[in-house]
Amino acid sequence: MRKYKWLVPTLYILFLMLPIYWLLNMSFKTTNEILGGFTLWPQEFTLVNYITIFSDPTWYIGYVNSITYVVINTVISVSVALPAAYAFSRYNFLGDKHLFFWLLTNRMAPPAVFALPFFQLYSAVNLFDTHIAVALAHGLFNIPLAVWILEGFMSGIPKELDETAYVDGYSFPRFFIKIFIPTIAAGIGVAAFFCFMFSWVELLLAKTLTSVAAKPIAAIMTRTASTSGYELGLLAAAGALTIIPGAIVIYFVRNHIAKGFALGRV
Amino acid sequence: MSLVLKNVVKKVGSETHIYDMSVELEDEGFNILLGTTLSGKTSLIQLMAGLEKPTSGEIWFRGKNVTTVAVQKRNVSMVHQQFINYPSWSVFENIASPLKVAGLTRATIDERVGSIAEMLKLTPMLGRNPNELSGGQQQRTALARALVKDSDLILLDEPLANLDYKLREELRDELPKLFTDRGCMVIYATSEPEEALSLGGHTVALHEGQIVQYGNTSKVYRDPENLRAGKVFSNPPINIVPVSMRGGKIHLNDLVSWPATESQKHLDDGDYKMAVRAHHVTPVQPQGHSVNIQGRVLVTELSGSESVAHFELDNQTWISQSHGMHGNNVGDLARFHINIEHCLFFDPAGNRITA
Repeated sequence: MRKYKWLVPTLYILFLMLPIYWLLNMSFKTTNEILGGFTLWPQEFTLVNYITIFSDPTWYIGYVNSITYVVINTVISVSVALPAAYAFSRYNFLGDKHLFFWLLTNRMAPPAVFALPFFQLYSAVNLFDTHIAVALAHGLFNIPLAVWILEGFMSGIPKELDETAYVDGYSFPRFFIKIFIPTIAAGIGVAAFFCFMFSWVELLLAKTLTSVAAKPIAAIMTRTASTSGYELGLLAAAGALTIIPGAIVIYFVRNHIAKGFALGRV
Repeated sequence: MSLVLKNVVKKVGSETHIYDMSVELEDEGFNILLGTTLSGKTSLIQLMAGLEKPTSGEIWFRGKNVTTVAVQKRNVSMVHQQFINYPSWSVFENIASPLKVAGLTRATIDERVGSIAEMLKLTPMLGRNPNELSGGQQQRTALARALVKDSDLILLDEPLANLDYKLREELRDELPKLFTDRGCMVIYATSEPEEALSLGGHTVALHEGQIVQYGNTSKVYRDPENLRAGKVFSNPPINIVPVSMRGGKIHLNDLVSWPATESQKHLDDGDYKMAVRAHHVTPVQPQGHSVNIQGRVLVTELSGSESVAHFELDNQTWISQSHGMHGNNVGDLARFHINIEHCLFFDPAGNRITA
């Protein structure tokens, strides 16, 4: 029995990595090879797919657009959620518990529900096809999430810390920026990570609210699939590149994520 | 004239934390707030600090009405029961924080932090993070931060309660020295009578948001004005039993009675409540007047140098505390001696009757 204890983790990792491997594998093949038959690794190794993406503006601008609205969204979500979470964690006010739960219910509605009203609304105020439109729309689910995560971290900080700072002579804004935010830095990191990820992977709202100027990479990928035939190698390369930002962000918060989960908030 | 509370009331929602409270505290030495949990110690400390505003009433400090003055403007320091330090800063930055806010020069800050750290034996830890320190060192850091600025009022909310026994004794011995010649007023909240006695000064005995007695600490201990003050200021709990005075004799029950002593002669015939501290109910006959009673032992606790026994007599639980080891078996009938010269008498409403 003991002899085979490597078996389960190995299988686990194998199954986890298989789709990612296949994506990478495809991205280094030519479309002909992909369609031609079953090969475990590229027979004609090629970087042409990546070269196309990095040289063709209609491709790489998709990444720029996505990153732009994702970063805007993350900044807005976290900075709006910080004071909200502080209020929920420190004060009692009328309906605070209901309001807090209601935040969560915002995540229960599928984004598709909001696609039509958002499209109409953003068009009406001339925000259609802008980065800020997508960033604001993603706030719909990211702000509640960030409030929820940050509240958990803030409630772990005793309110006596606030009192000590006031006694020391700090005003509220100074305390919040100089003492409180560094104290919950891990929580801010986790909240920012989830905002980033959810905004990065969300496609429906991003696609609905953009046409040319702010088109996200995922939308560009679907377009290619439908118009210029099956450029599977190119699509695979685009997909592989799409994984990278998430992987980078996850690397930075890997030590704090577990705490976020432990607080039962993620 | 130092810290004066005038009809202070604090309500939170529908709960009253502090009932109409008026007291004038001493400027010198320790002012101890003694009470169990929920007695209002922390609420009172927050009111005194200015972290909370009273629902009604006024707070005056050194001749000025400070009721509505914000905490940042009051020049107070505070140490909590929990070890509260700024976790993202080093010990040095923690101690220096009130000085930095006050805008002192770098050189002054270095000098004052250095001397206070020396006093509290924190010098080797100045560069470390508070989370890396032991509980005692964390609380020393918090104390250093409270002492580093020249506060007019220092509030200590059970600062030793979360420390283990040894550290608590060590720090308790150091505390009075730290506050001498500072020209500041010290308020010290605690739930432990021993702590109050060892610190001396004056004591405010609190019970459920009300002051039950205020005065010199040893006087509050020796002469409780009412039963609640006696209960608050006793550990193990003071024994309280009904007695009656008839024809010059005090009757504990049908079997036990004694002729009123010189200090008890003033009592008129009638029913009273008698309070006697646990260490005046002993298995060994004490010197002076005593009567003996027999009770069934319910619980015994031995702690090396002293023994505590809970026993039952007439459906009344008594507690005896004595030096040395007196191992009674649970369930046995045992004999205890009440030192009747140390009995305190209260009317049925609980107010002390003195000559």
